[in-house]
Amino acid sequence: MRARLTTLLCAVILSLSTATMARAAELKIGLSQFPSTLNPQIDSMLAKSYVLAMTQRPITAYDQDWNLICMLCVELPTLENGQAKLETLPDGRQGIAVTYRLQPDATWGDGTPVTSADMVFTWEAGLHPKSGFTNFETFRRILAIDVIDDKTFTLHNDRVTFDYNSLQLDLLPAHVERPIFETDPAAYRNRTAYDRDPTNPALAFGPYRIVEVVSGSRIVLEPNSTWSGPAPAFDRITVQVIENTAALEANLLSGAIDMIAGELGLTIDQALAFEKRQGGRYTFIYKPGLIYEHLDLNLDNPILADRRVRRALVYALDREALNNTLFGGKQPVARSSVSPLDWIYDPNVPTYPFAPDRADALLKEAGWIPGSDGIRQNAAGERLTIELMTTAGNRTRELVAQVLQSQWRELGIDARIRNEPARVFFGETVSKRKFTGAAMFAWLSSPENVPRTTLYSDQIPTAENNWAGQNYTGFKNAEMDSLIDAIEIELDRDKRKALWSRLQRLYAEELPVIPLYWRAEAYVLPKWLKGVRPTGHQGTTTLWVEEWQAEAH
Amino acid sequence: MIRYITQRLAESLIVLFVMSFVIYALIGLMPGDPVDLMINANPRATAEDAARLRALYGLDRPIGERYLAWLGAALQGDLGYSRLHSRPVLEVLWPRLGNTAALMGISFILAIALALPFGIVAALRPRTTTDTSINLIAFAGISIPPFWLAILLIILFAVVLGWLPAGGMPPSNAGFGVSATYLVLPVATLTIVTVGGIVRFIRAAMIEALRQDYVRTAWAKGLGERQVVLGHVLRNAMIPVVTILALNFGALFSGALITETMFGYLGMGKTIYDAILGNDFNLALVGLLLATATTLLANLAADLCYTWLDPRITYR
Repeated sequence: MRARLTTLLCAVILSLSTATMARAAELKIGLSQFPSTLNPQIDSMLAKSYVLAMTQRPITAYDQDWNLICMLCVELPTLENGQAKLETLPDGRQGIAVTYRLQPDATWGDGTPVTSADMVFTWEAGLHPKSGFTNFETFRRILAIDVIDDKTFTLHNDRVTFDYNSLQLDLLPAHVERPIFETDPAAYRNRTAYDRDPTNPALAFGPYRIVEVVSGSRIVLEPNSTWSGPAPAFDRITVQVIENTAALEANLLSGAIDMIAGELGLTIDQALAFEKRQGGRYTFIYKPGLIYEHLDLNLDNPILADRRVRRALVYALDREALNNTLFGGKQPVARSSVSPLDWIYDPNVPTYPFAPDRADALLKEAGWIPGSDGIRQNAAGERLTIELMTTAGNRTRELVAQVLQSQWRELGIDARIRNEPARVFFGETVSKRKFTGAAMFAWLSSPENVPRTTLYSDQIPTAENNWAGQNYTGFKNAEMDSLIDAIEIELDRDKRKALWSRLQRLYAEELPVIPLYWRAEAYVLPKWLKGVRPTGHQGTTTLWVEEWQAEAH
Repeated sequence: MIRYITQRLAESLIVLFVMSFVIYALIGLMPGDPVDLMINANPRATAEDAARLRALYGLDRPIGERYLAWLGAALQGDLGYSRLHSRPVLEVLWPRLGNTAALMGISFILAIALALPFGIVAALRPRTTTDTSINLIAFAGISIPPFWLAILLIILFAVVLGWLPAGGMPPSNAGFGVSATYLVLPVATLTIVTVGGIVRFIRAAMIEALRQDYVRTAWAKGLGERQVVLGHVLRNAMIPVVTILALNFGALFSGALITETMFGYLGMGKTIYDAILGNDFNLALVGLLLATATTLLANLAADLCYTWLDPRITYR
């Protein structure tokens, strides 16, 4: 009798749970960008990463808690577990040999196992000067690959850096792509099967595979039969591209799409307004990430070369009020270029709260006294005027620029707004350091991203170096240079954390850049969709699409 | 006549050749290049990566040299690859040209079919309640911003009533009926914003023609209203209208950008716009040349129409 009751109870619980988490027919995702290519190594686009994360997985990735994890590999190689070993290179420098073992069950959709041969081909193609791969540096650092067996290989890297075991690389299926590549490497980028035959099952080993591509409009995915992980919940996922965000909202309301992806969907102000109108119908998630909105200051400008003025500019800004008023408190104030979600973040670094008195004192100390019209002047009669530039047509940035102008005006600082279309702003003004005052834009980074290109003194773009580098402020600081050099090669976490703390402190003291806020992604999800966990870094939510569940509704 | 058409086609080829250089130079002279876009999206890309990619895409060569290389290949039938779509340019453009032809063709025919009777009635009863009402509707159509009208139509027919899809392209296995439903809202939007202008042109041309001596003569001869209006007035009034329609027709092939964007419709306008913004030289160039060719051919067709509308016009 007791056994029967137990069986009955189990049956009821089982039926309840299957009713709660039902297998759903289709999930329709709205996205505002269509990928220009589906080849993982050509061009860098968030839309492409979003789709490909459902069809294949990188060897390593950062998880939702910002820890480096194995996705395609079995165990993260470290010096401690012996899978990574320091070695001396023929030229006497120190390198490192890192051994990865691929998931034994990983199999391309046509039944061919994912093997070391795929790694070798991806590396060889990446090194080829005509392949057109974007991340050449990743491949150049690998001097040689030893294939140990079908699933195990050792990379011999040309240098020892703290991220020696990070291999955020999507493999290419050698059995499909090698013949195409070897026919004509220069034409490979136009002939890759990812674009010429995107529904080929051999291009996927993830939970889904692409079954339809309507260029510019939609990509349809269905479960991949060779996926050995947890079965995905949806029989079909359609990624529908609608570039206009107003139309994106209308499509959501009409049921043409079920959700709007946070990675490429509504801006924060649009999402907040939409939540006010339709909040009860959807789940809204706001996730601050690694998109760092800031003001690059041109340090060649004599006014901005004075550190006291730079500090006064920050003290004069009420960035908390800006966040609360414009962004509903969803986009936290940035203290430095390091995200508070990153383990290297130091909360004890000096901060600049809204302090008009301190700003006033610093400006007076620097010789800037309020003139008859309220704008400060120096002894030579020069006005404290700063040109403030950003991208024209970006409503949020234009609004922020007006708030900054108004707050600085209160302290007698004359900010002249001069906005330009994005391609002029980035293509000429910023990249060739033609802005004279402050340039507002965002940096996209990754966890524990070393700011070599933006802060190292040899990265200042000039005509002589053909405008290479992204140190647009013209910041030159010997200590910063040595910190960047030291961080890159420091393997001890505690020692590295101390170096990062010093770097953040120096950044806060010198202020070559005025930090504004961390941009947040707005996810609009149906109430019945569970398991979507935004990461805040460049890893898209779809890297864990098999964890998404449809609650019965 | 054949000599005239041959001469016009030859002139069109020269215009297309000149335009190809002008468009290529204008796109090439814009700040930034495709590699900037690739590098900005990749925090790990280095300056060396940028230099290598520029050399690979030929962006480190002077613009004249790049144009000549493109022209040489184009004359051999190779119009190049689209950077944004990673496919041959024509493979991207042909389906979109078909989509545009369907969207524009239907809305153009509808607009003319609606504009003709309204324009004629308004011209025949000037400054009456009928004329005022037609003018009011025409001005409303001209004044409504297409993006706002599109959103209104989406909200009404897709969100509130749920009768029609909000946008996008029909599924590949969709039949004619389902496919047609995806065209209704974009066609309605374009028709509404186009029809007002054509009504105004027809009305003005008709009023002008109604004042002519030959019309008075026709009335004096005792001809009925139908014969006078359709046989004499409308035919002559159509000459300036045909000119405007020909210009509109060419512009339509590249100009439905807003409607296409709002409805996620894959047409030429949005494709060309994205290609220009995305520094997709080949796609932008060929797309704009197609739009130019369409305008030139539409104008040639309009010129030939004149001979039918007015027998006094001849081409030698």
